[in-house]
Amino acid sequence: MNRIAEPPRRLLMGNEAIAWGAIEAGVRVVAAYPGTPSTEVTEKILHHAGEYGIYAEWSVNEKVALETAIAASWTGARAMACMKQVGLNVASDPLMTLAYLGVKGGLVLIVADDPGPHSSQTEQDTRLFARFAKLPVLDPATPEEAREMVKAAFQLSEDLQVPVIVRPTTRTAHVCQDVAFAPPPKPALPLPPVRFERDPGWVILPALSAKRHRRLNAIQEEMRRWFLRHRLNGIATPCGEEATMSPAPPSLCDEATERMGNSGDLARATADLAIVAGGVAYNYVREGLDILGVSIPVYKVGAPVPLPAAPIVDFLRDKTAVLIVEEQEPVIEEQLTIEAYRTGLSLSIIGKHSGHLPREGEFNTDLLLPLLRRFVSDSIHCHGVPLGKGAPATSADRVTAKAQATPVTPETSATTETVASGAEMAVPPAPPLRTPILCAGCPHRNSFYAFIQAARSRDALFTGDIGCYTLGAMPPLGAADTIVCMGASVAMAAGFSQIEPDRPHIAFLGDSTFFHSGIPPLVNAVYQQARMTLVVLDNRTTAMTGHQPHPGLGRKGTGEVAPTIDIAAVARGCGVEWVRTVDPYDIAATVAAAKEALDYPGVSVLIARRDCVNLVRRSTPHRIDPDACRRCGICLRKFGCPALYEVKSLAHGEGQGGKTTVAIAREKCFGCGGCAQVCPWKAISPEVES
Amino acid sequence: MKTFNLIIAGVGGQGGVLASRVFAEAALAAGYKVRTSETIGMAQREGSVISHVRVGERLWGALIPDGAADVLVSLELAESLKGWPKLAPHGRAVINGRPIIPPAASLGLTRYDEAAIVDFLQQQGQRVHLIDATAAALEIGNAKTTNMVMLGVLSTLPGLPVTAEMLWQAAENLLPSRLRDINRLAFQAGRRLGSCAETAPLVS
Repeated sequence: MNRIAEPPRRLLMGNEAIAWGAIEAGVRVVAAYPGTPSTEVTEKILHHAGEYGIYAEWSVNEKVALETAIAASWTGARAMACMKQVGLNVASDPLMTLAYLGVKGGLVLIVADDPGPHSSQTEQDTRLFARFAKLPVLDPATPEEAREMVKAAFQLSEDLQVPVIVRPTTRTAHVCQDVAFAPPPKPALPLPPVRFERDPGWVILPALSAKRHRRLNAIQEEMRRWFLRHRLNGIATPCGEEATMSPAPPSLCDEATERMGNSGDLARATADLAIVAGGVAYNYVREGLDILGVSIPVYKVGAPVPLPAAPIVDFLRDKTAVLIVEEQEPVIEEQLTIEAYRTGLSLSIIGKHSGHLPREGEFNTDLLLPLLRRFVSDSIHCHGVPLGKGAPATSADRVTAKAQATPVTPETSATTETVASGAEMAVPPAPPLRTPILCAGCPHRNSFYAFIQAARSRDALFTGDIGCYTLGAMPPLGAADTIVCMGASVAMAAGFSQIEPDRPHIAFLGDSTFFHSGIPPLVNAVYQQARMTLVVLDNRTTAMTGHQPHPGLGRKGTGEVAPTIDIAAVARGCGVEWVRTVDPYDIAATVAAAKEALDYPGVSVLIARRDCVNLVRRSTPHRIDPDACRRCGICLRKFGCPALYEVKSLAHGEGQGGKTTVAIAREKCFGCGGCAQVCPWKAISPEVES
Repeated sequence: MKTFNLIIAGVGGQGGVLASRVFAEAALAAGYKVRTSETIGMAQREGSVISHVRVGERLWGALIPDGAADVLVSLELAESLKGWPKLAPHGRAVINGRPIIPPAASLGLTRYDEAAIVDFLQQQGQRVHLIDATAAALEIGNAKTTNMVMLGVLSTLPGLPVTAEMLWQAAENLLPSRLRDINRLAFQAGRRLGSCAETAPLVS
């Protein structure tokens, strides 16, 4: 009848699309701890929380976030907990039990994976975690699909009464796409009340646990059927621009097949081939096939765990080879291989176990192209050529002879496709290595510098943690001897001190991390009578993930005023007797405080408090007086602010060649004065207005 | 239209993500489908960042394959080399010639060979526009507008899916109102630099 006009297309980042999907699904409670690449989901929700009657919070950690969501779900409200993949490690304890007990209101976990990794300490695959927990996972390929999948996830969660994981990867979470979308109408507030009803089913005891475990196993098949009923997996059509949640039957695609020039010999050559692709890898498969101008049926997997493998086996019945493309672990591949063996399906399975695709790093079209070309030109599947052996059979193969010699990896693939194009006259020189480092003016640099001055001569051990200050490990500071996970710095410094008491042990962690997981190990350190110093690098924000608030700041994620939890008072409450606060912009005072803290024969806590440079105005830039500078290099080689750089100066050179001097990039200088304090020659000072 | 691919390279904090958003919004307003992919998180702290913007009718992944970018914009001299493998043989590059020397270079851990980089880029002839966008931004009064200067230069290239007016309109919609005036000046300065670059492409 009346077709509703399509809403205007707007640019949505994957994480924003997820947030809108949840709002459209009527989510009432969202709790999260920030972590790249998941952070923007909760930021977007917080931004709209008031108008949609959503309770949303930045929790102190992922475990607390999930437990908050569980409470909401058990009242009957739809709830969501968001985190990055390592955050799920923290939240794993409640998750495993929740899988048994189940949900009432739909409960969705957004767990963003970071293959690469770009901004994480591990490259773990949340789909494997979900297999461990026996929970369903949806794996969106695009922002638009992510939005649809979040809505489906809430439905699935309520239909089967299990928590559901939606697992975007970096190239869904941080991709922007034009999406036809209008925000849903705002509800009448307040929303109808929900209330927790007492039931023994919410109390996990061994007897119940045994029963619920059987139930969880029993509903695995129901999950598979649900996926298929909702067409999360299926043969994808290349006709449209992208695969959708409702794959069209393959017969509709003849025109496209023709258009793509798949005719004659090539068509016969590829008739017995198929590809199975999951998550964002689907896009790279499609683009690769477009570039090669071939059409091979692609089975798209949007719901990889638990995989409905039987229909894929049916799809593969008349094929001789299948290429399975998924980033990270062979989750689809292993489930499919089991089903193929069990049902007596015999065909070549090309993927990770065959050694053709890596388990590490991100995929992209460049990485897949050589493999796709070989797959089409049949040097893998027909001749049964094992890994990297055998002579190239066709001209196409010669192009990718390099790829035959070694399985593709993110490193080897980058060069294969480009260099051939165009006889470029010059080879580009090697670009300089540019690793992330602490910002110009970052107060953490001063804190690290002060503790290096105070303690490195005593062979002090610095245990580091997760946050911007992880970058203290980079040269020239080198101020982290260990980094494991959030909160580990404290327990490890205490642990080291029990084993090697003759050396100072100093733990560094940030203000947000202190609240996340720094308190239990601090209690333990005091209780076990460790001798260590904890330095809380308090820059008054959760800086690395984009400046989220935490309990020490007196405001909530929504911007509302909140009680302030004082870090010094918490430390005293944990039993620490030596607690001080210092301004790291005063390096001499910080060095003095550091020495005192280290002399204390027990647990000492020094709070180095100064606002993150990204949140406050810069002050007068500094300059170096070239006549006073003795080129000792302390500012460059000990302090290492990125506003400082070395120049080969002709102006100051005596004789030929010139001398090396140091300059300050005016546009980068924050005006913190740290370099002026570390310069022994008083050669650095604020610019004077002319 | 065939897919138009734009790479924006730079150093974390230079505003490459915003520049890619501006281009994407302009392309969206022009009626195209759009994909972008950005570097967010740890790499933003002074690290190499690269944004992909794809505009067209038939789009798959957001990552531009090697050798497929129509235009490379680099907000920093050496970062242009990181984006270089993405550039198509016919592709054009707009490069801010102002180096940002990483501390690792002063420590002798890596080498920033400015002369070799400039030499390589100059050998590319008319398809490379090397300009000092940072100087233009500083002249206007804020180095943070370097990204807008570069968008201004970009807007003078032929064959874009968007006009200069569309680009500025998208920028104006994305920028907070208090920053519009200074960014408009930066965009205009970039357009002037771009026009100069047509006749004298290698002003370094």
